[in-house]
Amino acid sequence: MIPAQFDYLAPTSVEEAVAALGEHGDDAKILAGGQSLLPVLRMRLNAPEVVIDLGRIESLRGVREEGDVLVIGAMTQHSVVASDPLVEEHALLIHKAVQHLADAQIRHRGTFGGALAHADPAGDMGAPALALGAEFVIAGPGGTRTVAADDFFVDLFETAIGEDEILTEIRVPKHTGWGAHYEKFVRVAHQWPIVAVAAAVRTSGGTIEEARVGLTNMGSTPLRARGVEAALAGQPATDEAVREAASGAAEGTNPPSDLNGDADYRRHLAGVLTRRAVLAAAGA
Amino acid sequence: MTRISLTVDGRKVVDDVEPRMLLVQYLREKLGKTGTVVGCDTSNCGACTVHLDGTSVKSCNVLAVQAEGSEVTTIEGLAQDGQLHPVQEAFRECHGLQCGYCTPGMIMQSVDLLKENPSPTEEEIRLGLEGNLCRCTGYHNIVKAVQYAAEHGGSTGVSAATPADVEASEPQETGAHV
Repeated sequence: MIPAQFDYLAPTSVEEAVAALGEHGDDAKILAGGQSLLPVLRMRLNAPEVVIDLGRIESLRGVREEGDVLVIGAMTQHSVVASDPLVEEHALLIHKAVQHLADAQIRHRGTFGGALAHADPAGDMGAPALALGAEFVIAGPGGTRTVAADDFFVDLFETAIGEDEILTEIRVPKHTGWGAHYEKFVRVAHQWPIVAVAAAVRTSGGTIEEARVGLTNMGSTPLRARGVEAALAGQPATDEAVREAASGAAEGTNPPSDLNGDADYRRHLAGVLTRRAVLAAAGA
Repeated sequence: MTRISLTVDGRKVVDDVEPRMLLVQYLREKLGKTGTVVGCDTSNCGACTVHLDGTSVKSCNVLAVQAEGSEVTTIEGLAQDGQLHPVQEAFRECHGLQCGYCTPGMIMQSVDLLKENPSPTEEEIRLGLEGNLCRCTGYHNIVKAVQYAAEHGGSTGVSAATPADVEASEPQETGAHV
């Protein structure tokens, strides 16, 4: 299967890309790593007249530190995020989750920002970014603006990025020294998660001081399990205490029903996987 | 049409292509490199795996125009001076195939895996080949082949095709192919 015809633009700066997007508007589609977009184009689920490839904009790649924040360029490939020592040190949750994303070939091409902008509710990067309170830097015709994680994911495949805007950077507050784990439940290898749970915890002497828990595929966007986070604070990192706190993981969620499981099954999974993720993150 | 210039299996090529042309189409239909096959056409099966600037990618999920300025190695560029690459040799030795359709992709991904992890455990091999499907379900011998390759120089025999024959092919109309 081959995509419908389109014109191809490969700008070398963010300004150029934003200008191209302004010129072509609705007729244009942004190409990041292409690992979700190209299948969509091949199956002709979308047929943009213009494809704007961000692959030639070097400033959008790479990981750097800015004080208490880790800055990940939107076009940084998953494989680069996976092996970056700064990400492992300061955002262990992202480091762990990205190893489970798709497969090696797709991690070589797919990008951190592309996956987040695509906003597939079953995507593996949303819940960790949300749990760590990432901020999203978005460039548009009027300059750049920053959107908090809680406001970034709007709905199914929909984010706060406007039609004339491009995601350029993801700013992740450092969680140095926090334990982390991404517990992904799949039926077969190389599958989208049926449900997954991203957990980061700060422990001290066997007590959970603070916890961050994100849920994948439990609704139309990644979700934060704030009730679980509150229930975990101050608790011992034991199976009993974590089991009790994790039992409320599905509260307020609206998970889908499909061939892999109905909504009730997913609610059950959310509790089980949250317990596993938190205990593993706490090293218990 | 967009002009692209890249190196494929050590040979420099220049062509005008439609932006929608997939890299795998370009390799097969323009350059005749039919060793790289199309399996599922949905980016699941990995049969079309090639190396793009030294790392494995699914060439059905990359546009030819995205490979501008890059170096591509296909299964046809692995053997050097008539000598099979150690991973190719290992797949033959261990009979790491049944029908053979997934083999080009399996070998390209195995070369990439061994480059990153020269002594993988069985589990690491199975995880590393997660994006490659064998519909004969012949995984057992494939895993054995990668283990054999790891013990016989598979991680060091990575093809470093030299850009010899630097000649630009005449840009051709590609409309007929798509």
